[in-house]
Amino acid sequence: MLSKVKEAILCLKPGRVTLPYPAHAEPIADNFRGVPRWNGEKCIGCAGCASNCSARAILVRDVCQELRILEYVGGRCTYCGRCAEVCPEMAIVMSHDFEQATNDVTDLNQRLDVFMSTCQRCGRCFKVPDALEQLKMQGYRFDDLEQARWVFRSNAFLEGDPVVEDIPVELD
Amino acid sequence: MLKNPCERMFGRSLWVYHANSGGCNGCDIEVLNALTPYYDLERFGIKLVGSPRHADVMLCQGPALRATAVALRRAYDAMPAPKLVFAIGSCACGGGTWFDSYAVLGPVEKAVPVNFYVPGCPPRPEAIIYGVAVAVGLVEKKAAPVHFKQAEFPIPLYHPGQLHGVGDLVVYEKLEKI
Repeated sequence: MLSKVKEAILCLKPGRVTLPYPAHAEPIADNFRGVPRWNGEKCIGCAGCASNCSARAILVRDVCQELRILEYVGGRCTYCGRCAEVCPEMAIVMSHDFEQATNDVTDLNQRLDVFMSTCQRCGRCFKVPDALEQLKMQGYRFDDLEQARWVFRSNAFLEGDPVVEDIPVELD
Repeated sequence: MLKNPCERMFGRSLWVYHANSGGCNGCDIEVLNALTPYYDLERFGIKLVGSPRHADVMLCQGPALRATAVALRRAYDAMPAPKLVFAIGSCACGGGTWFDSYAVLGPVEKAVPVNFYVPGCPPRPEAIIYGVAVAVGLVEKKAAPVHFKQAEFPIPLYHPGQLHGVGDLVVYEKLEKI
């Protein structure tokens, strides 16, 4: 009898332990791996994530020379984090999202259309100048988005030696 | 909330039956964890039952295997209608890591019709509770397909020959679009 009372006191001591989950979410540990999310701006389309994915959840489709489609099939992703580990540009991060319950399995998919920039002369890939390199260009450039043209604030492009060597291009 | 068909059909309590058709036991542990006092699914009226004939909801863990798909189907057929099926874990949702193995037929939807998917390997107990809350109509689902495009076609094509001055600016006109 006394042991039962002791047990009851032991059980009453911690009070209420049930988490009020759907109303309040508890903070998640920093190293928790949730859904992998692509940062489309950073992705260079190397498809290292696709070749390293153990569940083959990332599919690569090359529809033409300029476009590579990376498709993420979320249904069978095991959130192992190998894609984020191998990405050279840190374009995949394991987010903290885990509330992915849905009634349609295609809700879990992600798709990224990567623009594979190729040189218009040789057809090979080149590195797009980053923000710092763009600043180093003569005259700060801003784009006229409405007319799709580049506008330079300096006349250095017109006088003296040309910045870009002008090679005749055959347009097909 | 009353318009939710799930709420109309099932009233206040869901009795769940726990069917593992070849998983690794990880999702089973998380489902049982969701029923412990810490995450207490019973406050939503959810009770674990041992027979599919008593159950409203079947929780499927593990992929449909060649050996167990028929048994899974029979357990589903034994449940009285109306019935719901939850696919819990990556294996049940999409086949998991071994989706192309010779022993694996694929996700459980190859054997039974699935109503709700809870991905994760294993899903957190919170994720399972969230799936139940989505089904009961307490919360809205958060998952949505993501589509990101780096460039919109057609892409403007530029050529250095098209540089010309406009006032004190220099304009680089596009040639054409590809």
